[in-house]
Formats: sequence, structure tokens, C-alpha cells
Amino acid sequence: MSKQDIKRHQYDKEISQHGGNGSGSVLENLSQAQRVTVPDVKTTFKEHHKDSEPQVVVKNLNFFYGKHQALHENNLEICRNTVMAVIGPSGCGKSTHIRVYNRIYELYREQRAEGEVWIDGENILSANCNLIQLRKKVGMIFQKPTPFPMSIYENVAYGLRLHYKLTKNELYQKVQRALEDAALWEEVEGKLDRPAMGLSGGQQQRLCIARAIAVEPEILLMDEPTSAIDPIATGKIEDLVESLKKKYTIVIVTHNMQQAARIADYTAFFYQGYIVEVGPTKQLFQNPREKQTEDYITGRFG
Amino acid sequence: MKPRSKKPREIIDFIVKLISAVSAFFGIFILILIIYEVAVRGLAAFSFAFFTQLPAPPGMDKGGVANAIVGTFIITLMAAGMGVPIGLMVGIYLVEFARDTKIGELIKFLTNVMIGIPSIIVGLFVYTIMVKPFGQFSGYAGAVALAIIMLPVVARTTQDILMLVPNSLRESAFALGTSQWRVILNIIFRAAKSGLITGVLLAIARVSGETAPLLFTALNSPYWIQTLARPTANLTVLIYNYAVSPFADWQQTAWGASLLIMIAVLFVNILARVILKQKS
Repeated sequence: MSKQDIKRHQYDKEISQHGGNGSGSVLENLSQAQRVTVPDVKTTFKEHHKDSEPQVVVKNLNFFYGKHQALHENNLEICRNTVMAVIGPSGCGKSTHIRVYNRIYELYREQRAEGEVWIDGENILSANCNLIQLRKKVGMIFQKPTPFPMSIYENVAYGLRLHYKLTKNELYQKVQRALEDAALWEEVEGKLDRPAMGLSGGQQQRLCIARAIAVEPEILLMDEPTSAIDPIATGKIEDLVESLKKKYTIVIVTHNMQQAARIADYTAFFYQGYIVEVGPTKQLFQNPREKQTEDYITGRFG
Repeated sequence: MKPRSKKPREIIDFIVKLISAVSAFFGIFILILIIYEVAVRGLAAFSFAFFTQLPAPPGMDKGGVANAIVGTFIITLMAAGMGVPIGLMVGIYLVEFARDTKIGELIKFLTNVMIGIPSIIVGLFVYTIMVKPFGQFSGYAGAVALAIIMLPVVARTTQDILMLVPNSLRESAFALGTSQWRVILNIIFRAAKSGLITGVLLAIARVSGETAPLLFTALNSPYWIQTLARPTANLTVLIYNYAVSPFADWQQTAWGASLLIMIAVLFVNILARVILKQKS
């Protein structure tokens, strides 16, 4: 029996003892709630995706900013071609959590992750994981649109050139395809050589999505992708997420609970670095298992 | 409660305003005076021969500073060829590779110290390492001296400008699976391009007026440049020599050369500003 199995065993015991008990004070119950939730998620996945193994498996993930611990023992599983929304109050570790999936946090010297994150059977936190391959596979959209200082066309072509050898014609077709998939093609056709900075905020964000999906990732991480843009552009991006999930697994961090309810198949609620509850979105919003989740989604805190 | 009189505060306010205004105008006045004086006296020296001929002995007409113009140009260019790439690399290292490390902080500190080294000491340093061992003043030594002065200036401005590139841009470039050298070369450099060019131009402008380091290295020469391995004509040392000479026509040539350098430095400064403005 591995260490992991022993832990699982303990979880099961505790469930039979507490039966998903969620009463008591928020802080007191955190670690317990955390432990109770994990195996339940597993069963939900089994129910909904009987034939598919989870694509992302996070095991005992801890994260540190210097000495400050921002994530505590996160466990999470995400299935292929589903949308997982990550919600929770500011500073709860939502962004921190997904920034581990492509190891982008490593740009900062004082940040450190411990634990395991398995993507398609590879522990991406292991030292011999190829970061370039990882980041090709796990694309990311950030809160603020960040077009590169070049033309619209070049923005999308840039990643393609990095990862593929393409003829001029193939390149153009792939760029067009990505812009179409990002629902931007009609707006930029004919002005592909203009600087990307000249686009509106919403267009810039869709350009960043086009840039990310052009290299054909398998997972898309979205870190509050609509918080810096107006409602109409937000609507477009939400529609986009709906259509993109046919091809990609999407993990989206959002402050907007309506947004999570609208677009996500599953929702994970984070609080103070713990994953308090994970479940099918409908269930989590209509019938939350944990007191903290209920308090949050009904607006009592956060 | 007795209200305090406003009068004293108003008076102090007025005095402070007056002092700062006068100081500002005094500074500008001196600048204008210098430009005016150099322009008037220098223009008198300008002639076709001034730009095309070699220096003439005192009392002879039709002398020029053509060799010194070429010399200053070549030495400055060579200095830039050495100082700019190294300075850029230092700046890149400090911002992109050694941020928040002890060694980075140390290099940052040393760069700042290096900026403060008087240029005459740099001249003496190069004199001991190049002129003395080879037994020869040379244009190469002059270029090395200027490069040493440029290096920390370029490193510092590169560092300041790369720090202005937002981290979100770095993150999104890395998130695409870009290797670090490509992120630096394709994304960060492009984002910081106008700032970097401005920094380099200002560093060039800064050294093109240096005299002391050349005095110990390139020295001067009344001849056309055959090789940089011998003393090499240049404008600043020529100004120094001619200005202290007792001959009126040489003194006038010195004014002319001064005007030339001033125009060149001013031009580069304005160019740098224009480039920076175009971006923002």
C-alpha cells in the first residue's frame, strides 16, 4: 500500500464517521472539509465520465511565496473536454493554483510548489519535465490582455513558428483558423498587418486566445479573462469558452459567480488556500455541501 | 481660538517661488550664454576648408579639422561597438537573469560605482594597460577608454528600461512555450526598442564630448588617419590643444570645433527624444 492509498483509506473512514458534515465555524472546519471533499469528487467524476480518466490530477499541492504558504494540500481532478471554474474570494489562491499547471510561477525566484500535478500521466512538477513542451500543451490566458508588440498576424503566427515548421501558406491558414476559432477573424480580416495594440481590449483578449489556441494546446488556463473587459466582449468570450471546450480542457478562474454558473461543468471553491468543495457546477451552486461554500455563493463573505 | 495670520505664510510662499524661479532662469541663462558664445565665435571659423583640410600651422590660412572629425567619429563608433553590446548584456543579465539575487545586487551596485568614476581616471587606467605596455598612444586605446565610460551608462539605462517592460508580457510570452532567449530577443527587446535606442544614443552623446580619457590614450595628430595603432586626431583633444595655444587663428579653430561637437551632441539628444516620443 502506498502512502497515497493509506491517506485515501483514512479519508474513507472519516467520511463514514462524519458523513460530509459541514457545520461548525469556517476556520475550524477547513482542513476537515478539505479531506472530506476529495473522495467525493472522485465519485462525481466516475458518474459523469465513466469511461474517461481525469486529464489533470493534483495531489497534495502546497505553494509558497517565500515563507508564506498560499496553497494547502490541494487535491483536484479535471476531466478532458470539461470546463472547470475556480471561484473564491480575493487572495484565496485561485490564480496561484492554476499558475502551477504550466509552471509559470517559476519566473519568480521566491515562488515554490510542492506536491504532484499529473497531466496526462506526467508529473509536471518533476525536475525533468520539459517546460517548453508543457507550455505548448497547457496554454494560458491572463487577466489583462497582453498582445505582443507586433502586428495582429504576427501575434498569432509567433507561437506557431516556435513549435511548427510551416510553409507560408500553411501558416496563414493556421492563423486564420485560430482567429476564426477565437471569433475574431471577421473583425480583423483585411487589417492583419496593423499593430495588435490598436485593437480594443475585448479584441486584444480574443487575440490572446487565438494566440494560445493556435499552437493547439490540450488544456487552456484562463486567469480571470473577462475581468478587464466590458460586458459585450465578456459575452463573446463566454460563448467562446462554450465552443472551445469541444477541443480543449478549460480551467477558468473567475470572480464572477454567474459566469461560473453559466459556463462551467464543474466548479471548485477555494478559501484561504484550501479547496473547500468541488463538484458539478449545478450541485455546488444549488446544493452546496459545505457551509463556507454556501456562505460565499450567497454573498455572506468574500 | 485666535486665527493665525496668513500674512507670514503668504510671504514665505512668495519668497520660495521667487528663489526657485530665479534659479531656474539663471540655469537656462547660462546654457543660452554658452550656446550663444560658442555659436557666434564658432561660426566665424566655419568654412569649406574647415571641414575638408588638415590642420595648418599657425598663421597659415585654409587649415581645417577634417582629420579630427573623422577621428572622433571613428573612435566614438568603435567605443560604441564595444561598450554598447557589453552594456546591453549587463543590463539584460541584471533584469532577466539575476533579478533578486545577491550577485545581481552586487553587479548593480558596482555598475553605479563605475558610472561615478571620473573620466580622467579611466583615461589613466587605459594609459597603464594599453599605452604604456605598447609604448604607443593609439586610437584603439582611446576607443577602449570611451567604451569603459559608456559601458555602465548603457548597462544602467538598459536595466531601467527593461524594468519598465511589464511582467505580464514576459509571462504571456513564456506561457506560449517560448525559450528565454527568444522571449528576450523577440518580445522584450521589441517592447523596449525605442527606450533602448534612446539610451544608447544618450550614452554616445555623453562620451563624444569627453576629453580627459583621450588625452592619455588617443592623444592627437595633425595627419590623416592611416592606422588607429598610432596617435589619432580627434576633436576634443584638438580643442584642448588649440584653445590654450597663443595663436588667434588656432583659438578660432578651437571655437569652430567646439561648435561642431555641440551641434553633434545636441542633434543626438534631440534624435533620442524624437525616437522616445514616437513610441509614446
